[in-house]
Amino acid sequence: MTTAQTECRTSLFDTHVEAGAKMVPFSGWMMPVSYDGIKEEHIAVRTHAGIFDTSHMGEIEVEGPGSLAYLQRLVTNDVSKIDIGGAQYSCLLNEEAGVIDDLFVYRLANDRYLIITNAGNHEVDLEQFGRHAPDFDVYVRDASSGYAMLAVQGPHARQIVRDQLHIELPPRMGVLAQQVGRKPALVCGTGYTGEDGVELLVDPEIAPAIWMELVDAGVVPCGLGARDTLRLEVCFHLHGNDLSTDIDPISAGLGWACKEATGFIGCDKVAVLRANGTDEKLAPFVIEGPGIPRQGNPVMIGDEVVGEVSSGTFSPSLDSGIGMAYVRSDLAEPGTEVEIDVRGKRRPARVSSKPLYPKEK
Amino acid sequence: MILSEPNYPENLRYHPEHDWARIEGGEATLGITWYAQDSLGEVVFYDGPEVGAEITKDQPYAEVESVKAVSDVIAPVSGEVIAVNETLADAPEAINADSYETGWLVKVRLTDPSEADQLMDAAAYTASLE
Repeated sequence: MTTAQTECRTSLFDTHVEAGAKMVPFSGWMMPVSYDGIKEEHIAVRTHAGIFDTSHMGEIEVEGPGSLAYLQRLVTNDVSKIDIGGAQYSCLLNEEAGVIDDLFVYRLANDRYLIITNAGNHEVDLEQFGRHAPDFDVYVRDASSGYAMLAVQGPHARQIVRDQLHIELPPRMGVLAQQVGRKPALVCGTGYTGEDGVELLVDPEIAPAIWMELVDAGVVPCGLGARDTLRLEVCFHLHGNDLSTDIDPISAGLGWACKEATGFIGCDKVAVLRANGTDEKLAPFVIEGPGIPRQGNPVMIGDEVVGEVSSGTFSPSLDSGIGMAYVRSDLAEPGTEVEIDVRGKRRPARVSSKPLYPKEK
Repeated sequence: MILSEPNYPENLRYHPEHDWARIEGGEATLGITWYAQDSLGEVVFYDGPEVGAEITKDQPYAEVESVKAVSDVIAPVSGEVIAVNETLADAPEAINADSYETGWLVKVRLTDPSEADQLMDAAAYTASLE
């Protein structure tokens, strides 16, 4: 494997390879795309519990008396609403309201926050965080090398983690400092699958042992392939597909995570877009019949191109092609009938409401 | 998947784009190799030609899609399609289970039987994968 030389490896690399995972380069890292098959892994997360290595994601620590004011300026959501031990989804925008990244902000203590970044954007995020740090009384640090990240997701995930690791778990959207493997760890009640579960931020050295312990307890090892099908069924955005610096958060349906009153970078642009509306909106859709949409496929009505697929895949839960597309705003209403041009073949599709896979109960 | 280990039957001829042909007189049965289905992962959709269609050597004639990727199927020989594997519409996973028997794609009447001479035998194809 010549590519492996240039890609970073997580502390679980050997664990993945020894287990026979298919490894692929992803955002500068060698990551498992699947173990036994994307469909099986997907179903395991929907019905039982699966574990993902998400150590490629980045961490930035923000500390100091100016933390709140600094984060209010940098990210779009209202950081003052996060209680100690709480978490919040947010966007990092440029001055033009383009989405540099989407992030999770955890409040660890009064003036202490941890930000989780996407692997492919971590460097540009750091640049943006660093550029504005001198204007505030804060200490900002790249903490990525200090953490391995394991996402344990599924209806039985919390119970298994609690029983196996003998730790207390935070509520959904919370974060709790705990001891795991005799090392300090953060347990987060968050995820990217639409299922209940936790994300564990642990010392990279002990990550393989934790992984094996949970797998031995019946948690199914999963790769990035299933992570993508799971997140798309519940319409979570993927930066690089559904978000980019060419896309604003209002078009992306992330207006709920933007609080212009906080004065974040790009807030004036966002206010105008919110007031005037956008030309395009991100709409989830389901293909009716055969065909699997892929990123870049044109969305058609008659002979007119009315949009473009930003994410598309086969949904194991719905047994059909699904996706999200940027379409003309008047066509983003659920029920709208369109066609997706999948490699020259017109596939009838219907715009749907979020999420595409509704959790039962 | 049933055939979990690499398998390249001796009685088939192979195309570098990971297709096989079972030549029987003036006819041939076509499909994709173990390597091709393994690279794709679980096949969830198959879109092939209809009986009567003409396919051309080295040109795509069908699409196989897995959860993560779509792939063209390249014709190892030229011919007229005389039969298609109807079961694949509802059960494309047969291509993973056994890409040489239940997972065959089409049968063709050869346009130019000498084209088969350009294909590899199992040993040459296996060597090309290393």
